[in-house]
Amino acid sequence: MTVADLGAVWLTLKLATTVTLLLLLIGTPMAWWLARTRSRLKGVVGAIVALPLVLPPTVLGFYLLVALGPRGPVGQLTEALGLGTLPFTFPGLVVASLLYSLPFVVQPLQNAFEAIPERLLEAAATLRAGPWDAFWSVAVPLARPGFLSGAILGFAHTVGEFGVVLMIGGNIPDRTRVVSVQIYDHVEALEYAQAHWLSGGMLAFSFLVLLALYTFVPQGGRMRS
Amino acid sequence: MRRHPLRLAMKTAMKAFPLIALLALSKAWAAEVQVAVASNFTSPMQEIATEFEKDTGHRAILAFGATGKFYAQIANGAPFEVLLAADDETPARLEKESLAVAGSRFTYAVGKLALWSPTPGYVDGRGEVLKKGGFSHIALANPKTAPYGAAAVQAMAGLGVLAALEPRFVQGENISQAYQFAATGNAELGFVALSQVYRDGKITAGSAWILPAGLHDPIRQDAAILARGRSQPAAAALAAYLKGTKARAIIASYGYAP
Repeated sequence: MTVADLGAVWLTLKLATTVTLLLLLIGTPMAWWLARTRSRLKGVVGAIVALPLVLPPTVLGFYLLVALGPRGPVGQLTEALGLGTLPFTFPGLVVASLLYSLPFVVQPLQNAFEAIPERLLEAAATLRAGPWDAFWSVAVPLARPGFLSGAILGFAHTVGEFGVVLMIGGNIPDRTRVVSVQIYDHVEALEYAQAHWLSGGMLAFSFLVLLALYTFVPQGGRMRS
Repeated sequence: MRRHPLRLAMKTAMKAFPLIALLALSKAWAAEVQVAVASNFTSPMQEIATEFEKDTGHRAILAFGATGKFYAQIANGAPFEVLLAADDETPARLEKESLAVAGSRFTYAVGKLALWSPTPGYVDGRGEVLKKGGFSHIALANPKTAPYGAAAVQAMAGLGVLAALEPRFVQGENISQAYQFAATGNAELGFVALSQVYRDGKITAGSAWILPAGLHDPIRQDAAILARGRSQPAAAALAAYLKGTKARAIIASYGYAP
């Protein structure tokens, strides 16, 4: 593997870790709300969260490129805040990956939260636990498989991301050139030996991640279908 | 005599026979040809394919993409019969590997490179903007894989601005994506194929500098009949049509050099 390849691997791991941590932070309250709410908005929010599962990455990438660009609404906002525009930057990839991997974290969490019987939370309340306390000492431990599979799937899916990064990344070494893009470049340049190294690594990694998921995580924290 | 319905049907069929035969014959004559087309040649080829069908009855089924990807697909049995590449190396390589018909290669277009911005007046007629700077991103196609990207790098090196501009590069997977980065305003300007921003003698939008031919090696775009198109009359017909005056006029109208 070349220095450029290793740079791409490092960048990919950095991106996936950042995105997974942020998604656990954002996804947990979303999943909790989705699991407990009786609001009529539940269907709408659930559908929006699931959109990246069915949308081609090119649609997401194209709209992100337009929306985050200097003439797009988000781009104008970030520029007004003095942040510049997001495409072609690492934070831009993080924002795109948050959207792209959102359902892979929210859905297992939502499933896990829905599986917690209401009476356990009521019992906690009768023991004078506030909702915050009940959440941390009852819901989170019980939803552990959901957190585990959400984190694993979110991480793995971000590592495997290609189309969106290609559309808004600009292929900049050590900033936006992730492994999947590097593999694509190798194949395009007919450097099949190098492509094999990275592709084989990707295949082994993905298999091990899924093996871990299906071996160690108990039923109950899987994706909805 | 009472007419038998069966005889009536027979009679009708007999009458219609020449028509049916003719239809079947023309169908056999008007074949389909599967064509892989470099993405920078998308618009002219769509126009040429329409004319080609009108004039010959053959239908060209077009697939657009990056030449390197097409190479990998053809080497692995993709059903393309003609390739219009973005370079001259890929068709040569295919011929060497017996994946293209020997002697079928020809240059169908010579690409021109343009420095382009969607903002009117941003790019001057001599490319001074490259030395002046004042932009944070400049888009180009990946020089490792795309001939237009390699030509852009060569031109910047010749102008002595490569080292200064390299940190501001944003690379598209192919020339269409380089255009997309500039067209959406995410990069202030970019090196694009002239064919993307040029129609009938003028720049369609924004501002551009057409690079003088001396700044980079000619971007020869070669075509070849592929092994699968060997005995396919429509493939040979398309190759001949691309060399004809009508196709040449369309190609020139998109800013390709003859």
